Formats: sequence, structure tokens, C-alpha cells
Amino acid sequence: MKRTPFYQKHVDLGGKMVEFAGFEMPVQYPKGIIAEHKAVREGVGGVFDVSHMGEFDVAGPNALKFLQTITTNDVSALVPGGAQYSSLPNEQGTLLDDLIVYMLEPDHYMVVVNGATADKDWAWFSKQASKFNVKLRNDSDAFALLAVQGKGVKDILQTLTSTNLDEIEYYHFTRGRLADTDMIIARTGYTGEPGYELFFSSAPEISSKVWDKLFEAGKAKGLEPIGLGARDTLRLEMGYCLYGNDITEETNPLEAGLGWITKLNKSIECLAFPALREIKEKGLSRKLVGITTDEKGAIMRHGHKIVDENGYTIGEVTSGNLSPMLNKSIALGYVPTALSKDGSEVLVEVRPGKRVKAVVHKPPFVRPEVK
Amino acid sequence: MTFPSDLKYTKDHEWLRVEGTTGYIGITDYAQGELGDVIYLDLKDGVTVNAHESLGTIEAVKTVSDLYSPVSGKVLEAHTPLNDSPETVNRDPYGEGWLVKLELTNPSEAETLLSVEEYKKLIGQ
Repeated sequence: MKRTPFYQKHVDLGGKMVEFAGFEMPVQYPKGIIAEHKAVREGVGGVFDVSHMGEFDVAGPNALKFLQTITTNDVSALVPGGAQYSSLPNEQGTLLDDLIVYMLEPDHYMVVVNGATADKDWAWFSKQASKFNVKLRNDSDAFALLAVQGKGVKDILQTLTSTNLDEIEYYHFTRGRLADTDMIIARTGYTGEPGYELFFSSAPEISSKVWDKLFEAGKAKGLEPIGLGARDTLRLEMGYCLYGNDITEETNPLEAGLGWITKLNKSIECLAFPALREIKEKGLSRKLVGITTDEKGAIMRHGHKIVDENGYTIGEVTSGNLSPMLNKSIALGYVPTALSKDGSEVLVEVRPGKRVKAVVHKPPFVRPEVK
Repeated sequence: MTFPSDLKYTKDHEWLRVEGTTGYIGITDYAQGELGDVIYLDLKDGVTVNAHESLGTIEAVKTVSDLYSPVSGKVLEAHTPLNDSPETVNRDPYGEGWLVKLELTNPSEAETLLSVEEYKKLIGQ
């Protein structure tokens, strides 16, 4: 199993290490998932090690054409210093991954993909690239990546850099020096809170220095290390998709509510668009929706069946948990299109024989000020 | 982590405190740490169980786990006040975080359970 450059930091902090995406990662630290969640949502903020994620460097005169062909969003809308959420479909129109494209300079991009899919994505990128004149480089092992998220993190990070962080807009980035280290400082994240993602060298002495300086600057103010457990509950409260749960090779971006990053009219066609147009014309049979229940003790979870009043399965929960902020269960799941409107009532089987009433609710479930 | 020496333990990480013919059951400090934040308890009241049968479920943020009865008996009380403060199971697993009060069918069954030393060895403490 692989380890990120911060493995020893997690162990020293009492992190509970689990296997995730082929890495030994902290699912939580001693304070626990709910406390970590609240530290990010209500407190100063937290630091997430997301170095397991993959980074691909795409360069060359055909880089734009290549990325337009393999991703669903319109890459031509990006300017240098801009970032774009997008998805990676196959020719059938189902999803290999979701990702973020960062435009470094003309003809030069960085693509950040999920850790669990990085190898599969790399094979797909390499295969597709053979038709284009582009240079690909897999930088996944070269980068350490920390997400620093929460309302107070900007002030903490500002003490470590001369780059004016106020000038980095949402979904933009800059190259700068922070904690005496060259890095990409991106205003992106997966929590719904204001925050940054920092890409820098995974060399042990460098990554260790950045981690230490972050906590030297932030610990007294309440900056906390955050594990995968709270990462999941934070993104769930925002209704952000998790690849492998809510979107998979069995789902297409239109039914997953990712039509906003599927620009069917863009100037250079994506390889999935013929299939996606066909799907769109036929009409969607199901949609990914947010679901809440007020029933106490009924925690909706991945894999729970969504049933009608006769017990007939009509859908499935793809992600679910307790919302630490609402103190009730929230979920994402697929339901028939007819039941996808806000306020539609469904039943979720939370245990064999135990069905609870739940209501379709358009995410986010909480409304923090991300931008 | 603490493990009181006056309790009996199981390999499923439950503890049993015997008071005459009554037994109190909960989960160990190790178990609450592994589960993480407990958010809901679904405990069976009034039922009669054999050893190793389910007394209900413990729901944590991470996962749902069964609670197995260490011994045979009849449930006298499921500790329902915990449903207003399930985090008590994390904070005080041997005290206010007890889960089920049992009338023991055969108090000598407790002798078959693990001693504190045996349990600590099991979890590598």
C-alpha cells in the first residue's frame, strides 16, 4: 500500500489509518469525525491530506483540442490561472471520473483526478493522447496536495505568504511562495467552505516543512487536521458527487445533475457527446437527487434501497450519512425522474424491513459561503 | 484507553458487569474508539436472548455495528436516555454509556468470558 508524504504526521497525531485509493490514509483523528466536521464548518478550519489524488500534466499545441475531446466541460472558456470542474466520460457517455482542469498557460494544463481512479484515468489519457500531438506526464507521485478549508484559513495562510490571497478568485489559482516553498495556490475545495488547495513538491523535507509551518501558524488559532470521514460528510452536506458512489461507469453526467459541466454546444466535440445527445433526446429515466429524513435514528447510507409504498425498488441511495450540522440524515440517490422534484416523497429501506419516509431536497443541504 | 479489571470482556469488544443476577452490558473503550462518534442506538427491550445473539445495533458516523449479548438472559432495560446523548457511549463507555441491563439466565456463564488481561492481549494492549 502507498503512503503520502504526510503518513508519519497522521500517525503522530493519532490518526486512524485505513486503506483508501491504494493509500494508507487517516479516516479520523482522536477528536472524531463530528468535531472535525464542525472545525471546518463552524471553526477556523482544517487541513486535509489529499496527496493521494492524481495530477497529470498536459502540454503541446493540441492540448486544448485533446482536453475538449476527452472532458465534458468547455475548456476553451479557461484562461491561464483558471480552474474548471469537469468530467471524464467514455464513448458510451458514462463516467470514468470527475476532475478539475487547471490552465497553467496557453497550451499547458494540469488535470487533477481522483486517487482511486488515477491509474485507470492515466491509461485512458494515454490511449486517447495517441491521436493528438500532446505531451503527457503523470506527476501524481511528484506532488503533495493539502486542502486547507474553512472561514479562518485565509488569515492563517496569509501569514505564510507575500502573495495576496484576496486576489485569488474562486476556481482560480496562482503560483506563489508559501511556507518558504514554491507552490500552486488554488481557490478550490470539496467542503463548501472558503479555502485553498496547495500543490507542492512531495519531497519529504519540503512537504514536512509545509505541514509544520501550517500548523505552527494555525494551531493556536484552532486549525485542525481533518480525516477522510469528515471530508465525506462535508462534501455530502454540499451535495457534491463522490466518484465511485454517486457517479460511476454506470451513470451518465446528465442524470447525475452534471449537465452544467456538460457543454454539448462547445466548439470541439467531446467523444461522449453523440451518446449523451441520444440519452438526452430519449429523456432521463432517473436523476440523482438530495434526500433528507426527519426520522430519528434512520441513517440513510450507500446501497440502501429506495422503494415505493408496495416495497418495489425504484432507486438506490448512493451516499448517505448523518449531517453533523442538521443532526439528521441526508443522502444522495437515484430516483425515477417523476419523483426527482423538490418535495417528492420516497421511502428508504434503512434496515431490512425498516422503511422511513424521506423527502427529495435539492442540495446543498447547508448553505455556507463558499465563494 | 482504560479497561476496568472488575469487568468481563468478549472478543466482540463488549463488556459485562455482573451484580448478583443482573448484568450490565456495554462496549469497550477500544470498541468506541474504533467505531468513532456514536449517533444512534437501536436496542431491543424485553427480549430474551442466548449468548452471542443480537441485542440491537449501534450506529456511528462511519458504520453500523451489531451489539451481541455476551451471555444469556432477558433484557430488563435498554438504556434509552442515550438516544438523546449517544456521544455518552464514546465519553463514558463503562459508566453512563452502558447499553443494556440483563437478567442473567445463568450467572456462571460470565466465567467463560475474557478477563481484562485476556482482553488486553486480544487487542494488543
